[in-house]
Amino acid sequence: MAPRLRQATAAGRSPSGAVNSNLPLASVTQIIMLGAMPAILSISNLSKTYATGFTALKSVDLEISKGEIFALLGPNGAGKTTLISIICGLTYPTTGTVTVDGFDIARDYRAARKQIGLVPQELKADAFETVRATVNLSRGLFGKPRDDARVEKVLRDLSLWDKRDSKIVTLSGGMKRRVMIAKALAHDPAVLFLDEPTAGVDVELRRDMWALVRQLREQGVTIILTTHYIEEAEEMADRVGVINRGELVLVEGKAELMRKLGKKQLTLQLQTPLNALPESLAAFPLELIKSGAELVYTYDVKQEHVGIADLIRRLGEAGVEFKDLQTHQSSLEDIFINLVNEPAQEISA
Amino acid sequence: MNWRAVKAIYLFEMHRTWRTLMQSVLAPVISTALYFVVFGSAIGSRMKSVDGVPYGAFIVPGLIIMQTMTQSVSNASFGIYFPKFVGTIYEVLSAPVSFFEVVLGYVGAAASKAIILGLIILATASIFVPVRIEHPLFMVLFLIATATTFSLFGFVIGIWADNFEKLQMVPLLVLTPLSFLGGSFYSLAMLPQPWRTVTLFNPVVYLISVFRWSFFGFADVQIGASLAAILIFMGVCLGIAGWMFKTGYRLKA
Ligand SMILES: Nc1ncnc2c1ncn2[C@@H]1O[C@H](COP(=O)(O)OP(=O)(O)O)[C@@H](O)[C@H]1O
Ligand SMILES: [Mg+2]
Repeated sequence: MAPRLRQATAAGRSPSGAVNSNLPLASVTQIIMLGAMPAILSISNLSKTYATGFTALKSVDLEISKGEIFALLGPNGAGKTTLISIICGLTYPTTGTVTVDGFDIARDYRAARKQIGLVPQELKADAFETVRATVNLSRGLFGKPRDDARVEKVLRDLSLWDKRDSKIVTLSGGMKRRVMIAKALAHDPAVLFLDEPTAGVDVELRRDMWALVRQLREQGVTIILTTHYIEEAEEMADRVGVINRGELVLVEGKAELMRKLGKKQLTLQLQTPLNALPESLAAFPLELIKSGAELVYTYDVKQEHVGIADLIRRLGEAGVEFKDLQTHQSSLEDIFINLVNEPAQEISA
Repeated sequence: MNWRAVKAIYLFEMHRTWRTLMQSVLAPVISTALYFVVFGSAIGSRMKSVDGVPYGAFIVPGLIIMQTMTQSVSNASFGIYFPKFVGTIYEVLSAPVSFFEVVLGYVGAAASKAIILGLIILATASIFVPVRIEHPLFMVLFLIATATTFSLFGFVIGIWADNFEKLQMVPLLVLTPLSFLGGSFYSLAMLPQPWRTVTLFNPVVYLISVFRWSFFGFADVQIGASLAAILIFMGVCLGIAGWMFKTGYRLKA
């Protein structure tokens, strides 16, 4: 993978895990730009009830713009794979319609499917075939003529060229996953589905995957990935959809989501450790950590009055002095946990 | 038509055969040779000729049909069962291919293998006994029809089977008895009543009979009836396979 891309990956995140403030801004501009793009994927009123009677998707509506990177985020069993399977033709919908670039997945299935590349969640490859044979098969299945140069490019991009004549059974798990990706890319799809692309893969492959996603985005490929790693959505996506129990709970530009729902934390390093909080500060959501050496104030960025000025004034009045302070924007992970846990409790009640 | 997909499936399946060439060719050839030793030489030497054909030669068409049938069913059923079992079928289901193209690829490959095998057995047989073929063109046509029909049948079984036992059950419980009682080793005229009439309900009888006609120029049943039986069975299998694909039976949730 190109080193240039790898650097871009590293720069997106500050070491502390907090989001680099430049990144959301860039994404906001992107979202505004994307808003004007035509939808390449359009899902309406999509539901799925399996033969077991279990309803895995509940009336999902979603539009994805051309060139967008969309992360579908949700816990295990939320219905992510079900959604992808319906779009790709592996599962029948119970209700609703899906169009890909304007082509209905049922009526115009040929035109719709030609646009799609799928990397399924599980490793499923022809164990006794060679890498090259299985990638050639994929290309043929999608109606493309044999093109050795194109296949070579795909294999090289995925560091698979050296393994081109190896039987898949002899490859490591990470290599097998690369083969799955090569198969999906073999016919140059306009839309790529990555179902949990980095679940259980090593750091190197994860980096390569992210670099690949960026490279594909530059080529104008629309990417829909599912994950339950927030990190991944945060790292790669323009927009995030949160799915839980078959319902699309929320779809938001990533930066927007962070801004709207993010909690921020102010951490004060105290001059002298405190045993207990002064009475006058009881009204603030404060917490003493590190044996009283640090004071943490959690506030919601959505609120108009975040109360920081007030807090600092009260601290001064109480004689609590601090030598340093930091703020930390909560990650998607924090947001996600808030979103998914709260409604879930209501449902089960 | 997505001919490239048909070709891709076909070549991929044929490649699988080359990989397992030994077991796909050697086993049937050996078992055929055994039939000749047991039936052709040991028993056949005590038997008169049947309708003027030496017994050893008489059993050749039946043996070829039996092996072609068995191989068609096992090739085709395994060919579609295996990707279903390991999950690689996802790619075929997500590709821009119609049901008919998938069938053409898989069944075409399975039938091709069975036809090649049938011809190899014919060659093996002619080492043991002198074989004459009166209607070679019809012989080839019937061989193709048999291979195609039973490959379709195997394809249906492969989709239907959701475990290895089921995959092997039908060939073992249905195909083997039907083909043994299909007149490979005897002429219908040799059977007493009511078995002669009962036998007429066995579709394999028609196959073997018409195939034997292409070799020796005589048949137990009418050629027209045989052809009709083959076409009906082929139509039924195609109908079932089509229904399976339309409804996604055991392929799509
Ligand atoms: N073929 C099926 N039959 C019945 N239930 C299924 C089937 N496939 C998935 N499910 C159920 O649907 C729910 C959603 O599954 P899935 O879409 O795989 O979730 P995710 O990919 O988000 O982990 C799960 O509860 C799962 O058990
Ligand atoms: Mg899943």
